[in-house]
Amino acid sequence: MSPPFISRGFSGKRRQADKANRVPPGQHVTNDFPVLSAGPTPRVALEQWTFSIEGLVRAPVKWTWQQFLQLPSQMFTVDISCVTKWTKLDTSWKGVSLDTLLAHVELDRKAMFLTAFSFDGYTTNLPITDVINGQAFVAYEYDGKPLAPEHGGPARLVVPHLYFWKSAKWVRGLRLMEKDKAGFWESAGYHIHGDPWKEERYS
Amino acid sequence: MKQALEWQIATVKRIKPETAKVKTFTLALPDWTPHRAGQHYDIRLTAEDGYQAQRSYSIASEPERRGEVDLSIEKIDDGEVSPYMHDVLVEGDRIEVRGPIGGYFVWQATAREPLLLVAGGSGIVPLMAMVRHRAAARARVPTRLLYSSRTRDDVIYYDELETLRTRADGLEVFHTLTRGQPAGWTGYTRRIDSAMLTEVAKPLGKTAQVFICGPTLLVENAANGLVQLGLKPAQIRTERFGPTGA
Repeated sequence: MSPPFISRGFSGKRRQADKANRVPPGQHVTNDFPVLSAGPTPRVALEQWTFSIEGLVRAPVKWTWQQFLQLPSQMFTVDISCVTKWTKLDTSWKGVSLDTLLAHVELDRKAMFLTAFSFDGYTTNLPITDVINGQAFVAYEYDGKPLAPEHGGPARLVVPHLYFWKSAKWVRGLRLMEKDKAGFWESAGYHIHGDPWKEERYS
Repeated sequence: MKQALEWQIATVKRIKPETAKVKTFTLALPDWTPHRAGQHYDIRLTAEDGYQAQRSYSIASEPERRGEVDLSIEKIDDGEVSPYMHDVLVEGDRIEVRGPIGGYFVWQATAREPLLLVAGGSGIVPLMAMVRHRAAARARVPTRLLYSSRTRDDVIYYDELETLRTRADGLEVFHTLTRGQPAGWTGYTRRIDSAMLTEVAKPLGKTAQVFICGPTLLVENAANGLVQLGLKPAQIRTERFGPTGA
């Protein structure tokens, strides 16, 4: 293996030692909360909002906004990483764990993957093993306030251990599938899985 | 977008100041592939002790210019990569890059729909690649660029846009200067708003394809404004530059 290319005269900013091992390769820490979306921010009225789980399940389920707020919720504090190279540490959210949501359906034996789909037509794909056991939640509050529309409100999926394009904004449901089907960004040059620790950015 | 993206070592062929804060870096690529206007390259810097920093920068040049790409980069004062690019890098230096990347915020000159480009500040860069590609491909699709800058001195590519505009091949350019205007200025003098969008967008009609790039607030306002004018969200593609990613 050839030695890495060294950039003449570059020393860079050094991150604090205690945070260094929380930042995936190629990422830098931001105190900002950048907004990145492919198109205009959709406006979703709470009276029209629903969240459903469908596909390879014995019976699909659907919640209205009022019903969703009745589900057991938790506070989550997580680090998030965007493929555009920024990482934000200790972001705090309130929402419902995917374990709680999936407990309301009976998964078909063949259900190995899911597609999360959103109100603006956005989709992203995930293996079920990446969203169970406390790894994912549907969030409706960020930093103690209702989730703002630019950041995916009324509710978004949050899967902090993968690049943040997997955390579908304006999420309206999950479809359980047998095969992994590339979603919006996965069909536009981005990695099918998206693990920041392996720098799975592009396809 | 099927090829595996590998890092390659490019050579800095030319560095050209555009404005007080923006320079264009022409990089000669040993492994150049034609890009699409709107795509970007990743840059990776490595220090002697192995510390690395990476950032993405939009390609400013047209794919018709083979073997090299232009990246126009704004210096962010407390940034990590842009100060290195501006203050340390010289012509002849080598730099590690990977690309081209991006499969959605792209425009090809074979497109038939009228084109509306809305830029704020350094958001002009990927849109300039579209304008240059359009000119190189001799496309004649009706195109309007609405470009917001603080002052005349902050406008990147001003002279080139003037030259392209006067070709009268269907490209029109509208500037708005929000903080100060030179004597005799006849362009807009305020932040982009619904009235401005209506004036600029209306002649392009309901089938216009729109690309908006710039700071988040400008992009939000312009995108929402155009949706309110009756354009469908699917017609509008956005790319937002935060104050981060420096």
